[in-house]
Amino acid sequence: MSVGAPRRLASSGQKPITEILHPLSAAEDQLSGTVSVGGDKSTQEAGLTNGTPVETSSPASTSSLFNRLQLDDDLEADVRDPYAETTETRDLFVTVDDPKKHVSTMETYITYRVSTKTSRVEFDLPDYCLRRRYQDFDWLRMKLEDSQPTHLIPPLPEKFVMKGVVDRFSEEFVETRMKALDKFLKRVSDHPVLSFNPHLNTFLTAKDLNKRQGLALLTKVGESVKHAAGGYKLRARPAEFCAMGEYLDTFNQKLGTIDRIAQRILKEQSEYLTELREYGTVYSSWVGSEEELRRPLEGVSGSVTSCCGALEDLGEGMSQDFLPVLREYVLYVESMKNVLRKRDQSQAEYEGRLEAAIIRKQEDRTPMPVEVEKCQDKVECFNADLKADWERWQSNKRQDFKQLLTGMADKNVNHYEKCQAAWESLITLLQDKQTEDKTSETN
Amino acid sequence: MMTDSRSIEEVAVIGNTDISSTESENNLINTMVERGTTLLRKMEMNVTEAEKRTGKNTVNMQETYTVYLIETQPAETLPEGGTAATPDTLWRRYSEFELLRTYLLVTYPYIIIPPLPEKRAEFVWHKMSADNLDPDFVERRRVGLENFLLRVASHPVLSHDKIFFLFLTEEKEWREVVLETGFQDKFDSRLKSLSAMFRVKNPDKRFTALKLYSDELNSLISQLLRVRVKVADRLYGVYKVHGNYGRVFSEWSAIEKEMGDGLQSAGHHMDTYAASIDDILEEEEHYADQLKEYLFYTDAVRSVCRKHELMQYELEMVAQDLVQKKQQKEELATGTVRVFSLKGMTSKLFGQESQEQRESRLAALQQSIREGEETLKEKNTECQEFVRTAWEDIERFKEQKDRDLREALISYAIMQISMCKKGIQVWSNAKECFNKM
Repeated sequence: MSVGAPRRLASSGQKPITEILHPLSAAEDQLSGTVSVGGDKSTQEAGLTNGTPVETSSPASTSSLFNRLQLDDDLEADVRDPYAETTETRDLFVTVDDPKKHVSTMETYITYRVSTKTSRVEFDLPDYCLRRRYQDFDWLRMKLEDSQPTHLIPPLPEKFVMKGVVDRFSEEFVETRMKALDKFLKRVSDHPVLSFNPHLNTFLTAKDLNKRQGLALLTKVGESVKHAAGGYKLRARPAEFCAMGEYLDTFNQKLGTIDRIAQRILKEQSEYLTELREYGTVYSSWVGSEEELRRPLEGVSGSVTSCCGALEDLGEGMSQDFLPVLREYVLYVESMKNVLRKRDQSQAEYEGRLEAAIIRKQEDRTPMPVEVEKCQDKVECFNADLKADWERWQSNKRQDFKQLLTGMADKNVNHYEKCQAAWESLITLLQDKQTEDKTSETN
Repeated sequence: MMTDSRSIEEVAVIGNTDISSTESENNLINTMVERGTTLLRKMEMNVTEAEKRTGKNTVNMQETYTVYLIETQPAETLPEGGTAATPDTLWRRYSEFELLRTYLLVTYPYIIIPPLPEKRAEFVWHKMSADNLDPDFVERRRVGLENFLLRVASHPVLSHDKIFFLFLTEEKEWREVVLETGFQDKFDSRLKSLSAMFRVKNPDKRFTALKLYSDELNSLISQLLRVRVKVADRLYGVYKVHGNYGRVFSEWSAIEKEMGDGLQSAGHHMDTYAASIDDILEEEEHYADQLKEYLFYTDAVRSVCRKHELMQYELEMVAQDLVQKKQQKEELATGTVRVFSLKGMTSKLFGQESQEQRESRLAALQQSIREGEETLKEKNTECQEFVRTAWEDIERFKEQKDRDLREALISYAIMQISMCKKGIQVWSNAKECFNKM
């Protein structure tokens, strides 16, 4: 599965997706039927291997761009992942940070700063900086889903929060949400196809989004109508897509289990913390009755308190960093299953139409209608996109979970290290006292 | 006074002779008894085993009970190339230990008598069995009984007691001998008088303070033990839930290609983590036992204070009685009635008595006064002696307590460090596995 030289992005600009050669399709021999989805393959290839317009037309070269930037970008899109762009060819960097509260007469909401640095021609300027709210991200995602139905769109953090239960303006909530939005945007901008979507461009650059919610709603309705009235029965799903579906189902299950376990641990730790605090206070209340034992008792009480602090940090870390990522992947799996369903739909449609056309052809010798070919193209394109995205997703997932789980291990090691230090300092303190006493005795 | 040995190395490590030397080193020190004192200097003792027995009890019913094997041998160094002498052994059950202790309590009321391990398991966290026949409980009781013997054997006063010596050496006849001392009756009468309500007019400030401290310590240690149990329960829960990670990682690894191995092995470490809590909490029980010993010690301290109160009260009663008698004599001699007395009233009512009658009464009173003064002198001396010897022991006890509890707290800290190290180890291993994912 390894790719030779780092792949350059197709400088696709505003071309319709069906005309773009899939960046990875050259490596995939298994694509059924035609490879060139419009356009001659060789010219496309030439376009790719030539120096792309990307580099020469921008004021800043990509390498100096990279040097200037702070490394708060995902460097998990790393060298080992064959489907990620290497850092030298990355030419679009986005960051979400700096949450601020906005209070207006109608509502209160949070906005985030979205910063973009890019050398792409599709962007008028190399730098952008504007503020967006969750709604805007939601709009972007909807637009991406509609315009790129064959691709896996990364998920957003949960939209709805129970107003009574969760404080939407608490530091932790905002921080968690912001990290997820940052991740979303980074995943989109790292995607070889999605990152060229005009809606992304608009999102990153336009002053006002002019969201036209009505249309979006219509589109959503349209989709559901289409699904309901689809009516086409799928004959045989190719094995690889069956495998994908099965994998997603099991994976989802395991994610759910892990989430439950993590939450249970948090609960148990919280209850342990309550008892531990009381435990510490008993030692400190004992101090008052003693003379010689004063120091050791105070010491024990102090160490217990330190452990309480360390435990608190652990809990916070897990609920802020660990749980949200799990939840994110649950949402990811949901949206992926949707895409799989859509793929099934388009295959079913193609097969249905093909069958009808064949029957008609047999009856009255009408030629194969264009729609059927279009359907075939659509299916093949869908399959190709999906497969490529799937591999990409698997790779990212591997990185994400590696990071997540090593993070969890780190947090726990850290916690124990703090506790150990607290108890060791007590021993040192008491041993010093002991030698102090000994020397004062002999004197 | 005994030499104070503060470092841990000088403390005799007594324990189950079956354990390996490394275990013995890693084991927390079972007892905090100094070497080189009285009986312990001459004789080594261990409670090495426990066995179940069945027999008929006093009401002729079958019962199952545990007996403990006491091994003793002279504390001589082995001759060159000689074999270790076989120790003398005898079996005792818990009730016999109780008998011994009650005897000591009554015979040495000015001494803080070392406590026995608890009769029934208290402050139990949920996994521990509260059953007296449970092997873990029996084992901890064995350790506690050994500790008791060592404490008595190293006490400057108690270790010289003949009955104690016989307890260690005469299996059959001991019971008869101890009952012959008549300590049972003394115990009953003491119990009776202590349960009565009395008020001391001039309490000794030092004893009052000591009793107060003892009560405070009792309440503090009880509280500590209670909360510790809750903490242990919760910690157990935290560790055990992690075991679920083991299972789910294993299941998950089945559907993964590259990630599978890393997940699977990480899962094993999670299982290890979950299992490690059992040993950790088992070790912590030892700390709880050390605290419990001092919890029970507070009862012994209280006993001494109460005994002193009783003595003081009796002394005050004798003194008061003497004062009354002296006053009566004065009245009789001078004829003035300052204090109401029946004799005074009757003489008023029925006329003065004769000169002879008065003189004989006076003589009797004089005698009574003389006797009273003797008694007072005796009681005073008794009381003073009690106070002197008691305070000697109290000072000794205070130093022992400070030393022992300090060591207990240090070893508790060491336990915690060990637990942290284990935790770091397991999670570091897990991290390595995750890194290989």
